[in-house]
Formats: sequence, structure tokens, C-alpha cells
Amino acid sequence: MFGFFLRRLGLLIPTFIGVTLVSFLFIRLLPGDPIIAMAGERGVTPQRYQELVQQFGFDKPMMLQYFDYLRGVLHGDLGTSITTKRPVLAEFRNLFPATLELSICAIILAVALGIPAGVVAAVKRGSWIDQTLMGTALVGYSMPIFWWGLLLIIFFSGYLGWTPVSGRISLMYFFPPVTGFMLIDSLLSGQQGAFSSAVSHLILPSIVLATIPLAVIARQTRSAMLEVLGEDYVRTARSKGLAPFRVIGIHALRNALIPVVTTIGLQIGVLMAGAILTETIFSWPGVGKWMVDAVFKRDYPVVQGGLLLIAGIIMIVNLLVDVAYGFINPRVRK
Amino acid sequence: MTDATDITPKRQSGLAEFWYYFTRSKGAVIGLLVFALVVLMAILAPLISPHLPNVQNQSMILLPPAWMNGGNSSFLLGTDAVGRDILSRLIYGSRYSLFIGIVVVSIAVVSGVLVGLIAGYLGGWVDSAIMRVMDVILAFPSLLLALVLVAILGPGLTNAMIAIALVDLPHFVRLTRAAVMTEKNKDYVVGSRVAGAGWLRLMFITILPNCLAPLIVQATLAFSSAILDAAALGFLGMGAQPPTPEWGTMLAEAREFIQRAWWVVTFPGLAILITVLAINLMGDGLRDALDPKLKRS
Amino acid sequence: MKKLALLLAASALASAFATSAWSKTLVYCSEGSPEGFDPGLSESGTTFDASSKTVYNRLVEFKRGTTDVVPGLAESWTVSPDGLVYTFKLRKGVKFQTTDYFTPTRDFNADDVIFTFDRMSNKDNPFHTYVNGGDYTYYADMSLPKLIKSWEKVDDNTVKLTLTTPNSPMLADLAMDFASIMSKEYADKLISDKNLLQLNQKPLGTGPFTFVAYQQDAVIRYKANPDYWDGKQKIDDLIFAITPDAAVRMQRLKAGECQVANAPSPADIPGLKADKSLTVMEQPGLNIGYLAYNTTQPPFDKPEVRKALNMAINKKGILEAVYPGIGEIAKNPIPPTMWSYDNKVEDDKYDPAAAKAMLEKAGVKDLKMKIWAMPVARPYNPNARRMAELIQADFAKVGVGVEIVSYDWTQYLKLAADPKHDGAVLAGWTGDNGDPDNFMTPLLSCDAVGSGNKAAWCDKEFSDVVKKAAAVSDKAERTKLYEQAQVIFKAQAPWATIAHSLVVLPMSSKVKGYLQDPLGSHRFDGVDIEN
Repeated sequence: MFGFFLRRLGLLIPTFIGVTLVSFLFIRLLPGDPIIAMAGERGVTPQRYQELVQQFGFDKPMMLQYFDYLRGVLHGDLGTSITTKRPVLAEFRNLFPATLELSICAIILAVALGIPAGVVAAVKRGSWIDQTLMGTALVGYSMPIFWWGLLLIIFFSGYLGWTPVSGRISLMYFFPPVTGFMLIDSLLSGQQGAFSSAVSHLILPSIVLATIPLAVIARQTRSAMLEVLGEDYVRTARSKGLAPFRVIGIHALRNALIPVVTTIGLQIGVLMAGAILTETIFSWPGVGKWMVDAVFKRDYPVVQGGLLLIAGIIMIVNLLVDVAYGFINPRVRK
Repeated sequence: MTDATDITPKRQSGLAEFWYYFTRSKGAVIGLLVFALVVLMAILAPLISPHLPNVQNQSMILLPPAWMNGGNSSFLLGTDAVGRDILSRLIYGSRYSLFIGIVVVSIAVVSGVLVGLIAGYLGGWVDSAIMRVMDVILAFPSLLLALVLVAILGPGLTNAMIAIALVDLPHFVRLTRAAVMTEKNKDYVVGSRVAGAGWLRLMFITILPNCLAPLIVQATLAFSSAILDAAALGFLGMGAQPPTPEWGTMLAEAREFIQRAWWVVTFPGLAILITVLAINLMGDGLRDALDPKLKRS
Repeated sequence: MKKLALLLAASALASAFATSAWSKTLVYCSEGSPEGFDPGLSESGTTFDASSKTVYNRLVEFKRGTTDVVPGLAESWTVSPDGLVYTFKLRKGVKFQTTDYFTPTRDFNADDVIFTFDRMSNKDNPFHTYVNGGDYTYYADMSLPKLIKSWEKVDDNTVKLTLTTPNSPMLADLAMDFASIMSKEYADKLISDKNLLQLNQKPLGTGPFTFVAYQQDAVIRYKANPDYWDGKQKIDDLIFAITPDAAVRMQRLKAGECQVANAPSPADIPGLKADKSLTVMEQPGLNIGYLAYNTTQPPFDKPEVRKALNMAINKKGILEAVYPGIGEIAKNPIPPTMWSYDNKVEDDKYDPAAAKAMLEKAGVKDLKMKIWAMPVARPYNPNARRMAELIQADFAKVGVGVEIVSYDWTQYLKLAADPKHDGAVLAGWTGDNGDPDNFMTPLLSCDAVGSGNKAAWCDKEFSDVVKKAAAVSDKAERTKLYEQAQVIFKAQAPWATIAHSLVVLPMSSKVKGYLQDPLGSHRFDGVDIEN
């Protein structure tokens, strides 16, 4: 088992180097001069320009710049944001909990609704329930979520006035962040109504972000269940007269869940891509919106550092999913 | 592959068999019909759209749809902020969406299959190198990678398509490679190799046709996700640039009117949803018809 | 155990803040995050709103709602007859704010003024380059390194500023945000803590509001400064709710989540005006949106060609489509709210037929040209792309073919500044300090060719007049000179002046005493809110 883990980790190293190289090169390839980008509408004097070129090391050969960058990365130095002048890593650490909280809520929502929907659809295969559920799942899977978010805002926030428009918690509440998760912090604060305010702010963004994973999980669960239900041991259990609930719940679902767990793990990339759109629409102060803003502001160090950090997180999660899968299913360990 | 024949009354040609299974799914047929309609709409755009997509009518700004108070029957779905007919823009927009889908899938399939064949057939360090590069691409969230790529190449439809195709590439490479790996040691391949077939012939004529089914399904998926991704990039201001009537770009332009004119926001999104849904329905039908394992169910 | 103690401390701290829910709180939905909190490093209005306007004061201030310069931290000042030496008498008993990260031990004095300007001009000051890539650009942009010879401390309450040449806009420059006065004592403490960056993260000044906390990209919190030299503010808490999306800002305003919301999108304005619970304030902005011909490129080197093209532009149509309800037609390069605006100047009449005839007479046939449309919305031009499309349609009517080009914003700025660029450029400007020189010199003088002068227009006569006007201190005489400059400008037509945009600010009717700032900033001192 440990050997398997090490082998997978070993595969990660060339990928990681590739990721650093890509994020490094991207920034060098971006059009527009980062220094001009900093100077803005007023421009910069040629002499100040030269100073800045030296300060950022843009005059050094490309290879040297890359090694400087790599050395920085290994020491946890991802550069300084051009707009805020703060370390990229510190900004990421500030904003990531918001994205994580949203993603966790979305994945919980997707799993909590997706798996039962998939199971029911599989058990009632061919019925109108199956067709309705899978039809809905396909609509969710086809959804342009940026539009979906706008529609929800128009209806629930604008028309009905049920949910707040944006942000993570009502501005009435203020407490210093302890964990960075608004749901937990609001409970810790002991302020009345803070928790429910945080919940009401989370609802719409979670729904939007959960839409596609929910559809994928429901579809995946259904087909995995169908496969398992057709297998001999389930048929045997059924013919032995075990209660259908026991058969489905214990025998079939447990086996069907193995591929579903992998699917859930692989949704992390989908979630990060979705976070970019969801956070932009709901003004959610997370890393997705931070990256989009950075691309538009040409905040090169942020784009570079953010790419690396997000890719790093996805790689680690995928590794964990792989290892977990190997743990459940010894056959893949070879 | 042949275990399916026990359901069919008699053995038919491959295509007929495929059609039989495809049409067994109601969803797939509906999807196909809707998709055909969208294609027709794109082809006939100049004939059927009531107005030109980019003609501004400054006395008709933000008219609501025809059935509402203040609507005008000449502008069935209303007008946008500079008085352009939304229906006409949607009709012309279908051209862009289909075009995006076709171009992205073509680039991704052709280059993905080529790279995948090479990786799978040659194996060894070439394979490892290619797969590591694919791992790197897959390590980034697709939309983020596409966004940064477009930022590098410059905003615009062409660059958005290139970026999306690149992001889609690894799926085709992995799929082709896996198929080649399983096929290449099968008897028929070994047989033709012994018979003296060259490696080019082996790759394209012998092996490739046998990996087609999953590739077609993946291509359909890529088609619909390309439309979604291009619309998302357009929405973020990095895709097709105004005044192009691309649906995502239309949504981006419409965003400021979300309070006042729901129709400029609603219809472009609905157009995206319907088109993507139709393609996905077809994709499901294709998968069921092509995937022998699922034919049983 | 330690964790538990931390949690307890956190909740105790939290309940201490919770009481603020009963005090007077004003929430402002702002359009973006500040870059930092040291106003000297920034050029962005968003940053100034969040730092200089709340936390800091300057030696001299703009009177609320005007561009008049009034005493701030300097009680009074005298100018030597040759216009070279300014002597400022500093206000006594002014306290720096007390926060949980710093407690001042002394009042504001001359050392603070000297430190403030020394860090901008003196390369050896530890705060000269204390943030990576940070730069006192505004100070440099206003040509102050060239203009200022020295700052000297005469005694604890007197400082002396010596200039290299007389410069009448100087006092207005010192009222600008970048000249906010910092605490030397706080800066010294940060040096001994080896934590210089904090100056840009946790601001400390003498201003009406004390900084409490900033949650990145989400919320900035302030409370009224109890020791403020001009009296404590009527509101107790001031909150900036950072909301970059205009539609969301307006929704938050309507939902009562904030009481003032910046920069509504034009489409929302009619709806906001119809809402009885809101007040919508409007004021002409100190800005200009224009199309700059490249006056070095034939046939645009001929004034009559430029004039003819100006006559082909239907500005009224542009106003309706691009600035619906938020703009007025521009005829001069400075806005009508600015002193010395010459209302006698006559605008080019919209007359496509005459324009066509003029072009023919000038021997221009089958002209093809490029128009540059910037890729971003600016206050002076909410939708350049749309504007370019309209001008394209107008020019087509006089037989001029237009290709619209656009570049990435930073590229755009760089390329447009180059006198060799191809085509006419859509551009604009928002004033810094209310002085006409702030438009004329950076945008139209010969010195600005290659940077701000996008028309690459070097008219000796115009430049001389403007230069003279900056050196004279008599306002009446300056007015005359600037009027003369506007006449030359109109005759030579290096630009098609398009529009001045209105600044629209919707707020809850409960907000009392808010005055719109002609310079476009947002100030909450002197504002009250009804419960």
C-alpha cells in the first residue's frame, strides 16, 4: 500500500514541475507589459521603467528567471500582487476558506441529492420517476451556470426578496475570523442571527455551484447501481427473499458507490472551474473571483501564483482520491 | 459486439443496427430533432430572421417581447440596449455556437487522436512524456486554463476556440491511447502485423476504426461543453467580442439590464441551454447505441 | 487549552463589536477593493475613498462639495511675493487615531509633514520603496519632484515649502489625496517592529474615521474617530461593502443592505429615480470623453479635415445610446463646472452634407480610417465600443470607412500614447484637482506628446498660453488665458469632444447631509443617517 502511495507521489513530481513551468511561461507570454499595466492611464517615465524592470528581474535571462521563481516557490514565496502589493500566498490564504466553504457546501448538496436520486432512478428504471429524474439531471448537466445564477438572483433575491444579493454574511455582524469558514465563525461568535444570516448567504451560490456535480453524481450513481443490480449476488440476495431495502441499501449501494466516490473526487476540478463563474456572479470573495480579476487587471504574480496553487490543490486531491480508490479496490494497486 | 444480435430480429448492417438502437431512445430522437432545427436555423439565418443582427434602431431601445405591454410585433422577443432585435441575434448566434462546436471538436479530435495513437502505439518514453504533458493540462481547472490562455492569445472567438480545444485535448488523447493499448495486442492486429502491414496502416486502418465508438461519444460531449465554455468565456468578456451575436457575449452585454429588462438576460441563456441539452440527449442516445455493454439494459 | 482561550477571547471580542448594531451605521456599497491604504502609492479613486477620505487629512483640504481649497491640518499659510515660498502654520492639538495596533503618545506636528513628503522624494527614506513595486506615482505625475525644492521644519508648528518656479496650482495639488499626512511616530514604530508593510495595510491618520478591519474583497470597517479635531462624526460606524457588480450594488441598495451605492449602470437609473425610498444625486463630473485624431497622420494633419469629421458626428445620438440620462455634449476640452470654461465657444454643428462637401474640398476621397475603442468602461465613457460603432455609422454617411480596433487595456494605453499610432483614438480624462491646468497641460501641450497627448498635437501658440497661465497667480488673468486656449483648441480641432458624463449617486432617503464631490470621490464626513 505504502509503495503504491509512493509511486503515485513519484508521478506527481514531473507534473508539478510541468505546472510550475506552465504557470511561469504563461506570465511571460501574456501580452501587454506588466510594468505598463502597473503604471495605468498616466504612463511611466523611461527611467522609472528601467528601475522597475530591474526590480522585478525582467532583464535577466529566461532560465535564470525561472530558477529564481522555482526557488521562491519552494520557499513559499509566490511573489507580490501588483495591485495590492501583498504576498500572493497571504492573499490566497485569506480567500481560500471562502471558496472551500462554498465548495464543501456544494458537494454536500450534490451528494445528498444526487446519490438518492440515482438510486431511486435505478431501482425504478424506465418508470416516469426515472425519466423525470434523469431528464432533470441532464438539464442540470447542460446548464450554463452563469445564466442559472443570474436567473436565481432575479427571482429569489430580486422578485421574492428571500435571499440576500451577495456577500457571505449580513454586514450587521462582525467578528474576527477564527477558522475562515463563515458558518463556523458565526456560531463561535455567539451573535444572535449570525449563523442563519451566513446560511442564507450560502444558499444560492451553493445551489449554482452544485448543479453540475449533482447531475453528474446522479447519472453516475444510476448507471453504477444498474450494473450492480444486474449482478449475480444481488439477484441471489433478492431471490433469497431479503427485503428490497436491505438488498439495495446494503449490498448494491455499497458496491455501486466505489466508482461514485471516484467521480465525486474528480469533481474538484469541475468545482474550481464553476467557482470562477459562481463567485463572479455572487461577488463571493474567494479565489475564483480573485483569479478572474487578476487576469483582467493583468496582475501577473497573482495569475501565476494562483494557477500554481489551484493546480497544486487539485493534484493533491486527485492523489488522495487515487489512494483511497486503491485502498478500496486492491486490484488497481499493482 | 455480437451479443447484441440476440435482441434484434435479424442481423443488420452496422448503420441500421445503430439507428435501431438510437431511435429506441425517445430522448435521443427529440435531441436530434431539436439539433436539426438549430442547424437549419443557422443555415437559413438570413432568410428567416426578421431583422439584421447588428442593425441598431435607436427609437426602439429595450422593447419588451411582443406579447407584453409596450411590445412590438416586429420584435418578437424584444430588443436590446441599442435597439437590436433579440430574436434575429439569437438566430444568427446559432451559427457561432455550432461553428464553435465544430471547430473545437475537429481540432481536439484530430490532434487528440493523433497524439493518442502515437503515445499508445509507440509506448515507452514517448508515451510517458505525452501523458505527463496531458497530466499538466488536466491539473488546471479547464475554464481557468482557457481563461488564461485567451488572455495570452488576446480576447476573441478564434482564440477562445483554440483555448477550449487545447483544454479538451487530454480527454481524446487518453481515450485513444487506452483503446490502442487494449487493441494492439489482440489477434487481428498481431495478425496484420505478421502479414506485413506498415505501422501507419496498422494505426489508422486496423486499430483506429475499432476505437471509434467511445471517441464519437466523447466528441459529442466535447461539442456541447465547447458551446458552454465558449459562452462562459464570452460571459467573462474573453470570448467573442461585441457586437458579435454570440450567446454568451449577449449575456455579458445584457447583465447590466438584469433589473430592468429580464428578456435580454433570459433568452440568450435559454438558447444555450436548449442547444446544449439537445446535443447531450443525442450524446446519451449515441452512447447507448454504441456501447455494447449498455445495450443489454 | 490554548485554543479554547483563543476562542473565548474571540467571542468576547465579537460581542464587544456586536453592540455596534444599535449605533448609527452607514453602509456604502463601493465598486472595488482598495489597492492598499497608503494613499501616496495609489492613483485610484477607490483606494482614496477608502483611505485618504476617511482615515487621513491633508495640510489643506477641498471644501466638501466644492473644489475650493480650505485650511486642513494647516490653519493658515502665506506665500512669498515671488511665489516661491509657502509657509504653513499647523493646527495645534490634533490627535492621531488610537487603535488596537497603535496608541499615539504625541500630537500631530511638523515632523509628520516632513516625513510625509520625505518618503515620496527621498530615496534613502526607508518608506520610499517599502512595498514591492510600490511607487509614489501621483507625486511624480504632478511634476512635484521638479517643482519642489525643499520642505523645512521651522518649528514644531510651522513648515516651509520652497519651489523651484512659481506654480499657481500648487495649493490644489497639496489638497489631493496623495498628499495625506502620515504619522511619523507610527512609521517609526513600524520600522522598529520591522513591519513596514503595515503602513499600507493598517492605516493610521488624523481623519474623521478610524480604521477597524479590512476583510479582503469583502468589507472595510471604520468607526467615528472620537478625538477628531473637527468634532466627532454623527454616524458611529462606516462600512464599505465591496460589490464590484453594478447590478448587484443596486440590488443591495434596494434591499437596504447598503444606504449609498456607487456607480449605477445607466440602465438602472430610471428605476432608481422612480423608487420613493431612494434619493438620486446627480452632478456633472469633472471629466471629458473625446476622440483624438492623430494630427501627425495625413489627412488628419489638416485642421479642416478634422473639423469636417467633427461635423459628421451625431453627438446627440451618442448621448442617448452611450450616456442615457448621464451625460451632456462637450464642446470644450474642460467640463462646464470648471472655472474658466468658455461658454462663448461654438460647437461644430452636426451637418453631414456640409461635412461631406468640406472633405471633398480638402481633396479627401474614399478615406479609410481606424477608430480605437478601449476595452473597458471608464467614468467618462461607459461603453467605448458602442460609441465607436455609432461614429462608424456616422462616418459612413459622409463616405468615410471606419475599422474599429481594440487592444488589451494596457496595450491600448501604451500604443495610443505613441505618436506614430494609426487612426483616431477614443480616450478621456477625469480631473484630479479642479484646476484647468490639470486638463490642458497633460492632455494637449507639446510636452505631453508621447504620453497623455494622444492627438500628438503640438501647437506652439496653445502650449505657450497654457504655460503662461500656470505661472501666473492672478485667477482673473489665468481665466483669460485659458479662454484663449479653448478658442485655439476649437479652431484647430485636434479632438472631437464628445461628452461630459454626469456622476450619479443613488442613496437611501435616510441619508442626510451628503454632498457630492465634484472631483468624483466619496466622502462621508458630515453625513448623518436617520434611524
